[in-house]
Amino acid sequence: MTTTHAESVHSGLPHEPEKATAEGRNKVLAFWLFLGGEAVLFGTLFATFLALRNQTNEGPAANDLFHLPLVAAATFLLLVSSLTSVFAIQAMHRNRPALLRNWLLITVVLGLGFLGLEIYEFSEYVRHEEFGMTTSAFSSAFYTLVGFHGAHVAFGILWISLLIGQLAYKGLTAVTAPKIYVSAMYWHFIDVVWVFIFTVVYLLGKVG
Amino acid sequence: MDWIMTVDHKKIAILYLWAGGLFFGIGGIEALLIRWQLIKPMNDFVDAQTFNELITMHGTTMIFLGVMPIIFALMNAVIPLQIGARDVAFPFLNALGFWTFLFGGLLLNLSWMMGGAPDAGWTSYTPLSGTAYSGTHGVDFYTIGLQIAGLGTLIGGINFLATIITMRAPGMSFMRMPMFAWTTFITSAIILFAFPAITVGLVLLTFDRILGANFFVPGGGGSPVLWQHIFWIFGHPEVYILILPAFGIISEVIPTFARKRLFGYSSMVFATILIAFLGFMVWAHHMFTTGLGPVANALFAVSTMLIAVPTGIKIFNWLFTLWGGSVRFATPNLFASGFIPTFTMGGVTGVMLASAPADFQFHDTYFVVAHFHYVIVGGLVMGLFAGLHYWWPKMFGRMLSETLGKWTFWTFITGFHLTFFVQHFLGLMGMQRRVFTYLPNQHFDLLNLVSTIGAGLMGAGMLLFLANVWITSRKPMDAGGDPWEDGRTLEWSIPSPPPEYNFKQTPLVRGLDAFWKEKMAGNKGMTPAEPIGSIHMPSATPLPFIMSVGIFIAGLGFMFSRDQFVSGFVSFLFNNYIVTALGLLITFGAMLVRSLYDDHGWHIEPEELEGR
Repeated sequence: MTTTHAESVHSGLPHEPEKATAEGRNKVLAFWLFLGGEAVLFGTLFATFLALRNQTNEGPAANDLFHLPLVAAATFLLLVSSLTSVFAIQAMHRNRPALLRNWLLITVVLGLGFLGLEIYEFSEYVRHEEFGMTTSAFSSAFYTLVGFHGAHVAFGILWISLLIGQLAYKGLTAVTAPKIYVSAMYWHFIDVVWVFIFTVVYLLGKVG
Repeated sequence: MDWIMTVDHKKIAILYLWAGGLFFGIGGIEALLIRWQLIKPMNDFVDAQTFNELITMHGTTMIFLGVMPIIFALMNAVIPLQIGARDVAFPFLNALGFWTFLFGGLLLNLSWMMGGAPDAGWTSYTPLSGTAYSGTHGVDFYTIGLQIAGLGTLIGGINFLATIITMRAPGMSFMRMPMFAWTTFITSAIILFAFPAITVGLVLLTFDRILGANFFVPGGGGSPVLWQHIFWIFGHPEVYILILPAFGIISEVIPTFARKRLFGYSSMVFATILIAFLGFMVWAHHMFTTGLGPVANALFAVSTMLIAVPTGIKIFNWLFTLWGGSVRFATPNLFASGFIPTFTMGGVTGVMLASAPADFQFHDTYFVVAHFHYVIVGGLVMGLFAGLHYWWPKMFGRMLSETLGKWTFWTFITGFHLTFFVQHFLGLMGMQRRVFTYLPNQHFDLLNLVSTIGAGLMGAGMLLFLANVWITSRKPMDAGGDPWEDGRTLEWSIPSPPPEYNFKQTPLVRGLDAFWKEKMAGNKGMTPAEPIGSIHMPSATPLPFIMSVGIFIAGLGFMFSRDQFVSGFVSFLFNNYIVTALGLLITFGAMLVRSLYDDHGWHIEPEELEGR
């Protein structure tokens, strides 16, 4: 275990613990690469959505469905959760595990709020608008793109929750730090994808 | 058990080789059955449905389950050694990649026994692959099996990228890296950016088939052409995922046996990068006849032809490497030298097909079949043969028989040209691909007979290779560290087969062809970059295997989620996604175990190293 960065005097934990070990550095690098692949994944889903977004098959169209206030609220929750995950990483860099845990908890709660709004939105469409997976090519593309993002959010919530548990169990070390750092990268990525969904799916659906 | 739990890249390489070899054999048998059906007009050896299943499974198996894993076998066996590393960056993920590939491949091939194989062609064009035209579970096996296998490929790609970026020995800058390491690097980058596209394509097709979505169903507003775009934006780069490693192998074998450094090394590197880049720009040349219009067709035609430029650079560099070298035609070099003209022929017909107006004539004829078999068999398979004969002593510590190797080469290459050269003419005469039989007296009869005889010869060549492997495996290990005596790269500086830690001391790299450089300076081996110390090794673990079993069960569960079974209880399990959930539970449970128990690995101490 080589530590290249300056050690904090009072704690024994290196300054950037996620990059303190070769394994940690590899993990962060590989996760950047993985996010490159994820970008292609969502890029393909966006392309599919753009190709099919007007193919409503006499079912509801985007303009009939979307309620921007609801979507704006969801967007707000997710953007703030990205900010709180930044605070979490800052707390990690200052080696304050309790603060780190609290910011991660807030991130998870905000993520759950977003997910709850999305589930509510989908169920409204299915129950009151007769807009399901099989309605039209537009509906298939909508549920697949937005649902894929939602599944990513759900996975992120599960992941960060387990990391919070691990943090309590093992503490903040050079082994757990890269995992937390990488999960924060993932959370930002989800956020960036949502900005595109908000623009391409919802705003364009309302005005485009 | 040892093999199920291993995370050693050299053992995983051998696993990839066995599994890939098995699927290659299955794909080969399918090819022989196809050729047997076409040996004469109006043959009734198989019916049309079986023929569709055979061609679909032949293409799918060969590309995804045959040659790609064998490429991965060579990469795993060689790359850490060539860059002076003790293992890949993520040994655990390496094992996981192998097992997901294997279980995906098994799932796909289960289709033969579970009510019908995929039958929509290896490209699974919609709406042909939709439930309206493909009523069995065949295409479901295709979408879900390939999804699982593709996961393994993606994991492997990321792993090799990270390995090559971070694990190179001191002194090995990117421009001192062996060409095979370079092509592996670029191939992995293509995998990273191409495979997520097919992941999405397969998900959308699965949703269409199982959840009743409308992506590719025109009646619901969907677009079949969308499938073609998604498939080929992956599918064309896939061609370079296959051929670039072969380029890398040829660039290793030829300098070794010409006893000269590779001509134009840096131009080879940039040609590789350029090919990868252009590979993403040309997907629509598979779709000239779809009706994209003349402007799109012209653009894609020109960008496709551009690829001939960097490829031509490579061909000439190999020729210039051979030129004036003291060339030795050992079996690997025989295959490498045979590769050059054969692959060039495939490239030339590629330029012909890239011309959009001409493509309207060639489209869906045996001319296309001949073209891509010249590239993939005459190029890639020859390259794999060269690589296998070349690195066999390094992987297994035994020299393959030169006599049998030469027999393999001549039988295989004769059979290859007999099979596929005549198919150019069959195509030009109008014989359509994917059609299970043809009428007599259209001038197709004789050439099809010749083609089938050639396929038999290729099969015989394969058997000779297997015989070589079998005979060799019964002999004691006889290969030294540098069995070809002219090894240039780092893998030849250590014993064959390498000890599990590869390098006792990480070598110091002082130039391109690091080992050759030391030999020319009169040194016996590499100069170490570190003192002998304790070596950290990762622990063996069954978790990758268990995770892959979980994904396999989940895939089967999802596939049959809409079926009614004889037993009501079984139907209940599948229809409520209980089987799917169980599979995912196994996988996530294994992930949880992995994250809860830190793997600290173990150490090999200096005394132990000295003991050998």
